[in-house]
Amino acid sequence: MKSKNMDWASIWEKVGMPFVLVLLVVFMLIKAPNFGTMSNLFNVARSISINAILAAGMTIVIITAGIDLSVGSTIAVSGCVAVLAAQSGMNPVLAVLLGVLVGAIAGFVNGWLIAYCKLAAFIVTLGTMTFLRGLAYTITGGLPIVDNNLSFRAVGNGYIWKVPIPFVIMIIVYLVVWVMLDKTRFGSHVYAVGGNPEAARLAGINVKRVLLSVYVIAGVCAGLAGCIFAARVVSAQPTAGTGYEMDAITAAILGGTSMAGGKGKISGTLVGAVILGVLTTGLVLMNVPFFTQQLIKGVVIIIAVLIDGLKQNSFSFNLLGRKTAALSD
Amino acid sequence: MVESKKPLLEIRDIRKSFSGVMVLNSVNLNLYEHEVLALMGENGAGKSTLMNILSGNLKRDSGQVLINGEPVDIETPKDAAEHGIAIIHQELNVVPSMTVAENLALGNEPKNRYGLIDKKRMRQDALDKLSPIKASIDPGQMLGELGVGEQQMVEIAKALAQHARILILDEPTASLSKGESEQLFRLIQELCEQGTGLIYISHRMEEVFALADRLTVLRDGHTVMTKDIAHADQNEIVAKMVGRTVEKLYEHPAREVGAEELIVQDLRLESDGPAVSFTVHAGEVVGMSGLVGAGRTEIARAIIGADPHASGTIRLKGKEFRFKSPKEAIGHGVAYLPESRKTQSIFPVRSVEDNISISSLDQYLTPLRLIAKGKLRSDVVASMESVNILKRLQHTPITNLSGGNQQKAIFARWLLKDSELLILDEPTRGVDVGAKQEIYELINDLAAKGKAVLVISSDLPEVLGISDRILVVRQGAIAACLSSQEATEESVMSYATGVAASQTADSMASGTN
Repeated sequence: MKSKNMDWASIWEKVGMPFVLVLLVVFMLIKAPNFGTMSNLFNVARSISINAILAAGMTIVIITAGIDLSVGSTIAVSGCVAVLAAQSGMNPVLAVLLGVLVGAIAGFVNGWLIAYCKLAAFIVTLGTMTFLRGLAYTITGGLPIVDNNLSFRAVGNGYIWKVPIPFVIMIIVYLVVWVMLDKTRFGSHVYAVGGNPEAARLAGINVKRVLLSVYVIAGVCAGLAGCIFAARVVSAQPTAGTGYEMDAITAAILGGTSMAGGKGKISGTLVGAVILGVLTTGLVLMNVPFFTQQLIKGVVIIIAVLIDGLKQNSFSFNLLGRKTAALSD
Repeated sequence: MVESKKPLLEIRDIRKSFSGVMVLNSVNLNLYEHEVLALMGENGAGKSTLMNILSGNLKRDSGQVLINGEPVDIETPKDAAEHGIAIIHQELNVVPSMTVAENLALGNEPKNRYGLIDKKRMRQDALDKLSPIKASIDPGQMLGELGVGEQQMVEIAKALAQHARILILDEPTASLSKGESEQLFRLIQELCEQGTGLIYISHRMEEVFALADRLTVLRDGHTVMTKDIAHADQNEIVAKMVGRTVEKLYEHPAREVGAEELIVQDLRLESDGPAVSFTVHAGEVVGMSGLVGAGRTEIARAIIGADPHASGTIRLKGKEFRFKSPKEAIGHGVAYLPESRKTQSIFPVRSVEDNISISSLDQYLTPLRLIAKGKLRSDVVASMESVNILKRLQHTPITNLSGGNQQKAIFARWLLKDSELLILDEPTRGVDVGAKQEIYELINDLAAKGKAVLVISSDLPEVLGISDRILVVRQGAIAACLSSQEATEESVMSYATGVAASQTADSMASGTN
């Protein structure tokens, strides 16, 4: 019975979510007017970019059995800093890099508190989430600062051979993260730390440095997403990114990343983010009222958590089985 | 003096097996009022299982438990309490973040007429409950702020308040200071005079002889001896504890021992702790024996930098090191195979390949800092072959493997790393006989290749069978260093339990013999 369970779980993990995505797209092609047009597909691509980039960083954090609730607020702060820097005449490239740096610093603070002060990730990032939101209000004076001639507006609105730039950036982020998780020593260490931190330490891994690094990476992703967001709306918005951390977590979990740590694939997260994006855009095109959209998205999140829970249950069932065996030692 | 009376507790022919393995096989034991019965036996003799049956945590397969001559069924911990049986476990069962009074009232809090907890009465109840143990403990204090000894006293008070007539103490002095132990002994004697029957589980001979009236020895799930302590002899007890037929599991080839690989000198874990000194040579297998909790793992963890130590020097190939992390130790050719495979070794959801390669990734980096997967894979396969794990299991999650194969995979991790010194902590725990034999062969191969191997093991025949020299650890210190010729199960057990006096420091530190 147990092995049957495992089989079902492993098959679902491999093809479950892509299958759901295909079904969803087919449904939208039939039901949602104009869903299949080129312009709409690019629209979907653009709209998922920000969440997908956030979710990439979030995935790495969740693989270490952590969580980062502060990425939504980081979007606001880094976006505002980049816009204000650009307005003051800074080179647009440098302004964007400054925004990314702000994200990295926020991630460093999170990671340092979590790895070296041994505080709970949930609490730390809940705190920095509130603090960074406050910081965004403080530096903008609480009101959006609109700049229609924003020097780096192309980052949000431009195209490279008809492909939206945010989408291009997202693809690059995913390639980098994929190489990092799958092809580097650091990636192996991330999985090891998430799977069993004590075993990781005894196997010669610098667990603290790995933890610090994953939050910096999440911060960099958030900083990048913040600059794209600011460029798209050509303004510094102190309310930017509110609640985005939840969409990022949803995408990661839909993609098969386990909240218990040690498990997750960046390709899965991309599928998860696309599912969310298709769902949102499709529902808008179908003229589903906003309130109903929320209901549907809520159900999707619960289902995602349910899937994660089922997987974890079969895991803890295993542990229980071994625990009774251990009594006989 | 006691034979004429009816026993308070009688255990008749209890049997218990776990998934086909017989753990208790005909255990018989009597406990009378006004007596302390010492229960002794090696690790794994079945003491804990027996206690778990008496406390209602496990169900017996067959046999009878009689209290005051009446057969009883103990199905749950609540049943045990109703029959007057209380167990004070090694790991105390208390809530550190609650007060002493709250702990004593737990599950049975007095309520006032509004249905709220009556704090005043709870405090008074606590004082009443604490009075028999004659310890000055403030009921309002947080339990976690008390010393271990006092926490234990509170738990005993709780048991007494529930009218326990049969009190079982499992290694109660394991984490107590000398003063605390003496206080406990006085309490035990007092309870005994009042009529309580006590079962005292301990490895410490001096305590058993000082406290107990009678003694029962378990071995491999059998009762092998029951005697009045006045007629018992320490050497006889040790012989009964270990006297089993040794299986032909071990091959011990003659070995050429090389230069000193590891020299530990005056290592102190705490600044006031005992100093530990020993040497392991290249091409030598040194066994480290001792009772559970004697401090063997702590010594190993200090050497590899997993835990800090207070003082002392550690030399590898003559060069002094003080590792701050296992990472550093591994970088200098030291491998540590942890005691608990489940919690300290394996990465549960990862493949066998990932589990083997995790410590060696540095050796497989391309100039772009990516992992050279092709070369890594072929080397992982080679290491799997050398520990005899099927190649097709390479990409299987490690948790799908048997315990023995998991342990061999962790061995492969260190073979791939090609360490010079291997510290193996209970390498065959929870492993079937076949895999055990393979692990012994691997250890022999490592020594033959000139590696230095330190094996920590609670399995006496194993330590005797594979080691060139045996260090016996007792209470954090090295009580003896025996050559494989002079070591016997009896001699090792004598040093481990403190029957035999410690050798002098000079004869211990001396090398190869």
